[in-house]
Amino acid sequence: MVAIEVDHVTRIYQKYSARHRFKTFKSALLKGDLFHALKPDELVTALDNVSFKVDKGTTFGVIGENGSGKSTLLKIIAGITKPTSGRIKVNGKVSALIELGAGFHPEISGRENIYINGIMLGLSKKEIQEKFADIVRFAELEDFIDAPVKTYSSGMYMRLGFSIAINVNPDILLVDEVLAVGDASFVPKCLDRIDDFRRREKTILFVSHDLATVERICDRVAWLKNGRVMTIGDPKRVIDAYLQDVAEKQERKFEERQQEVQVQESYEEEERENRWGKREVEIKQVHLKNHQGEEKHVFSPEEGMVVEMDVEAYSPIKDFVFGIGIFNARGIQVYGTNTDLEDFSPQVIDGPGKVICQIKQLNLINGTYYLDVAVHKKDGYPYDYHRHLYSFLVSSRHKDEGIVRLPHQWQFSDNIKLKSPKFKSSSGK
Amino acid sequence: MGVKAMIKLLENLKTIYRYRGLIQSLVGRELKARYRGTVLGFLWSFINPLLLMIIYTIVFGFIIGPRDPAFNNNPILYALFLFCGVLPWTWFSSSSLEAANVLMIQGNLIKKVLFPAEVLPIVVVTSNFIHFLFGLPILFGAKALISCFVPNAPGFSIYLVFLPYVILVQYIFTLGLGLFLSALTVHFRDIKDILANLLTFWFFASPIIYPMTFGPIKKSVILRTFLNLNPITHIMVGYQNTVYFGEMIRWKRLSVTLLVAIIIFIVGYHVFDKLRDSFPEEV
Repeated sequence: MVAIEVDHVTRIYQKYSARHRFKTFKSALLKGDLFHALKPDELVTALDNVSFKVDKGTTFGVIGENGSGKSTLLKIIAGITKPTSGRIKVNGKVSALIELGAGFHPEISGRENIYINGIMLGLSKKEIQEKFADIVRFAELEDFIDAPVKTYSSGMYMRLGFSIAINVNPDILLVDEVLAVGDASFVPKCLDRIDDFRRREKTILFVSHDLATVERICDRVAWLKNGRVMTIGDPKRVIDAYLQDVAEKQERKFEERQQEVQVQESYEEEERENRWGKREVEIKQVHLKNHQGEEKHVFSPEEGMVVEMDVEAYSPIKDFVFGIGIFNARGIQVYGTNTDLEDFSPQVIDGPGKVICQIKQLNLINGTYYLDVAVHKKDGYPYDYHRHLYSFLVSSRHKDEGIVRLPHQWQFSDNIKLKSPKFKSSSGK
Repeated sequence: MGVKAMIKLLENLKTIYRYRGLIQSLVGRELKARYRGTVLGFLWSFINPLLLMIIYTIVFGFIIGPRDPAFNNNPILYALFLFCGVLPWTWFSSSSLEAANVLMIQGNLIKKVLFPAEVLPIVVVTSNFIHFLFGLPILFGAKALISCFVPNAPGFSIYLVFLPYVILVQYIFTLGLGLFLSALTVHFRDIKDILANLLTFWFFASPIIYPMTFGPIKKSVILRTFLNLNPITHIMVGYQNTVYFGEMIRWKRLSVTLLVAIIIFIVGYHVFDKLRDSFPEEV
């Protein structure tokens, strides 16, 4: 059975300028053509011909960058906004976690707010009375429930909002990024409740930037870009496609930024600071590429990186060492090596040439990194040293911390029960 | 407006009825929140009109003095008369001003929670109505005292039973205007400021501080026509007749006013309905 059917939905937002407002107000007053006068002067397409179906009992994820239309989509399914064209069909009672505690009044107590918020979300007074204890317990607000809501911390506020919304006991739950603001101990509790929902064969539409959670809990995922559905399907596949797109975009931005930097400060000046040596052997150019040979600035740990140096020696030189060093944004050296440390014995270098260092796996955590490249004598006398002149980005869905990402695997004995991250709910299927 | 529009209106009214629980809770919340944190709390609902009554007695009764023979030159009687009009006027003007703002102030709700937006202006008009009701005991108490101690003061009469009818007319009129104003202010924020000034003018253009029998009005056809075209005039006269004078209401005029109120309600609701979809993105 289909729980949510979105059929060729388009939503166009209208923007009115201040001057336009004045004009329309005037014409509305003078001619009395109010509705006609309220024609906007700019149209923004938030959703463009979006279609998909969500089966009952499944969890459907929606990902995309800010402004891609995710929230608009959710509001349309919740019925808060109407589509400009297209159709929405929703089977079952919907509860939307769009902004928690949106209807709270700061001056009155948590208790009274539970009642009013509950009624707003479609509960009857009796239902609220029955669920009242649950709501308070889940929100962990037993001691504060009679205090005015304005005295609550933002975490308490959010907990109460979530607790009410989840206790509405809907058939379809719409979740919009609300978990992003919760405190560390409450978010897992919320996710538990959402998991519980899934087990009970309820439908969830989950909008989030937290790709790891999306991949963990969703059966299918849609990726929205500029109001259009790019792909729908298996979470891993869609998320990968999305990540690749984001990486490409970052890549372009990175390039633009680097070009700007180069235009702003004269390259020479930067060089004096960050490049030294008499250049008996010169590193003329450095390229960062992937293993397919495409020049890039954003890398995922799995794809690895290739550092390619165009070098030239202006006379035959017998004592030389090539080296690279990788530094993170805090200036800590993450890795460094050179041909001498790895026991290459230099013979001779003369004229132009290429030095390539292939890094099979770039096992680093997400972030910006700087690259040093150098050619020097064995005793350290520099021919040409480039300090932090090149930078690249590591971007992945991993969320680990520290400096490097050590390749690893978890194993547990049978009496320790954990759900593996790729585990999909198999109940009833 | 055709049959379709009327069907739409009926559907909307049904929806409002379904949300009566929410309206009730929100009105309760408004009333509770208004005096939350004050020492006197709910008593303010009585003290405010009482203080207002005293101020009007001093300023209009004693300083300016009653100009109309209807009050026997008695400042206390004149103050009571004033109070009869000021109390419902406060309901009307506060409702209009608050209604014009309510969609913006509660914009967060419209954007984030699914419920019919007209609930908000309805809550505004209704909670101000409750405040008006709180003022009635003060009004009746004052009248009882005055009719005991002031000679020739008009006493209570059977015509007081028509007071709910007058209140009903005002309720529909205020709500219709409130719906219209709240929807329009979303697009034209200037209405707020225009309204504040307009209400001052409207106050003096209604028989509140003077009775319809006041000399200059009796003499001038233009003034009389102008006042009679103002729906508030008939509502105010309704209050003065039933409460102050203890006379029969003017059935015909008040019923025409009711008709006008209903038309304003229908038009106001229609405009509100037309603009409804633009609220979430404009507030």
